[in-house]
Amino acid sequence: MANIIISKAEDGGLTFYMPKKDLEVKVISLEFEAADKWGGELKLASGQSYYIDPMAAPSLPKSLRARRLD
Amino acid sequence: MANLSKEETQALIQEVLEVYPEKAKEDRAKHLSINDQAADTKCVTSNRKSLPGVMTIRGCAYAGSKGVVWGPIKDMIHISHGPVGCGQYSRAGRRNYYVGTTGVNSFGTMNFTSDFQEKDIVFGGDKKLSKLLSEVETLFPLHRGVSVQSECPIGLIGDDIEAVSKASSQEMGKPVIPVRCEGFRGVSQSLGHHIANDAIRDHVFEREGAAETVEPGPYDVAILGDYNIGGDAWSSRILLEEMGLRVVSQWSGDGTIAEMEHTPKVKLNLLHCYRSMNYISRHMEEKYGIPWVEYNFFGPTKVAESLRKIASYFDDSIKEGAERVIAKYQTMMDEVIAKYKPRLEGKKVMLYVGGLRPRHVIGAYEDLGMEVVGTGYEFGHNDDYERTTKDMGNATLIYDDVTGFEFEEFVKRVKPDLIGSGVKEKYIFQKMGVPFRQMHSWDYSGPYHGYDGFAIFAKDMDMTLNNPCWKNMTPPWKASAEEEQQAVA
Repeated sequence: MANIIISKAEDGGLTFYMPKKDLEVKVISLEFEAADKWGGELKLASGQSYYIDPMAAPSLPKSLRARRLD
Repeated sequence: MANLSKEETQALIQEVLEVYPEKAKEDRAKHLSINDQAADTKCVTSNRKSLPGVMTIRGCAYAGSKGVVWGPIKDMIHISHGPVGCGQYSRAGRRNYYVGTTGVNSFGTMNFTSDFQEKDIVFGGDKKLSKLLSEVETLFPLHRGVSVQSECPIGLIGDDIEAVSKASSQEMGKPVIPVRCEGFRGVSQSLGHHIANDAIRDHVFEREGAAETVEPGPYDVAILGDYNIGGDAWSSRILLEEMGLRVVSQWSGDGTIAEMEHTPKVKLNLLHCYRSMNYISRHMEEKYGIPWVEYNFFGPTKVAESLRKIASYFDDSIKEGAERVIAKYQTMMDEVIAKYKPRLEGKKVMLYVGGLRPRHVIGAYEDLGMEVVGTGYEFGHNDDYERTTKDMGNATLIYDDVTGFEFEEFVKRVKPDLIGSGVKEKYIFQKMGVPFRQMHSWDYSGPYHGYDGFAIFAKDMDMTLNNPCWKNMTPPWKASAEEEQQAVA
């Protein structure tokens, strides 16, 4: 499990940021994006994917815990 | 001047890599690449440990924390905790200008160190630190706080600087901030920035006993990541104030701890050096809901672009203010460009700096009709390179953590008319007969930010490039050979 921050990108998409590795990548897709169920599998532009437990849609930016899937 | 095609540039990289042993070649190949605006996925590898045995130009975590982020905060005393050298060699070299009386209420150019001796390494230096802190309080009663910047031995011997700081802080009633920025942490100064940002987050924001400072206003902004090198922050600040914003804090050039404490109350954080202060910006965005915007104050094109971008976060009065400021300086800028562009047009520049400049100054050179043919970061990360791609032309060189050898070879082949890098590179290239500007400290000139800064920037570039001394650069041994040949003839 790693601490990450999800925030809104300038182009309207989402940005994934991992402070520990200083890694800032665009999020390509998010499994759930509804207001009451948000989260699930995150696909990153770098090819990696992470999982965050689904939750009610938070106000961004938000610090979260994520698990690496690959 | 050779204009290299994409294939030629690729061949050049291969040729330079040839001299390395197999393993090193493989590693270095990932750090060198050709800019391609179309492909946005593949980037150079960055933020990795430098190879043993090559000349790297990087600094350490202590340099990132004490030298960059904490050092310029003028009303605090920054103790270089450990042996004397780190503090002394980093003293006042960065030209972070400030107003104040040094030694009375400002301490920017002074060096405070605990001067570790063998016995401190053996028996621990906590007692020495606590004695030092009380001495500081006696000798400099007007200081507003102390930061303890750890040097390598502190982490190695495991001193508890947090406990000493806490006790001393209670004793003197001022903040004493322990910063765990031992030089061995991380691969470059970049981690030092991060550690320093975290220390500000943990020890400065919402500090107990912090004074209520200014009444928050609707147009409050903070300048983050401007270190006031040669007065940079001042020439940026006047533009923002002219357009109607109120700059309540400067981080950290000419900054104070009170300004930092006030920052969580601003409406917008203006981020100049993304690399060294994005951490605290992200924190403030999440915790206090303050948006942040990156801006670029090098060269009139980028200044105008940035002023409009900043204004878009505010109401119409600020937007009008931005247009007014742009219009006001337009004539002055046209004059500067009319004067210097004919002298500089078409010249090629290679850059190798840190932080933000490898991409930010490109616009300023382009305003003067110059072209940047190679750029690289000492300690940039992936996100820096992503931001660089669109500012750079196609088929130009990108080099991460370039080694002394690679840089020299690139210069020999690309033959730029001007190089912008640091003091360690300066004399090598000047001896090779290539005009050089220090782009870390503006070569003892500055400011370069904002409209006023651009006029100085243009003058400096012209002064360096068109200096008559470059015509007299034949080294003595070659000169004598020529003379001999003439004598024989």
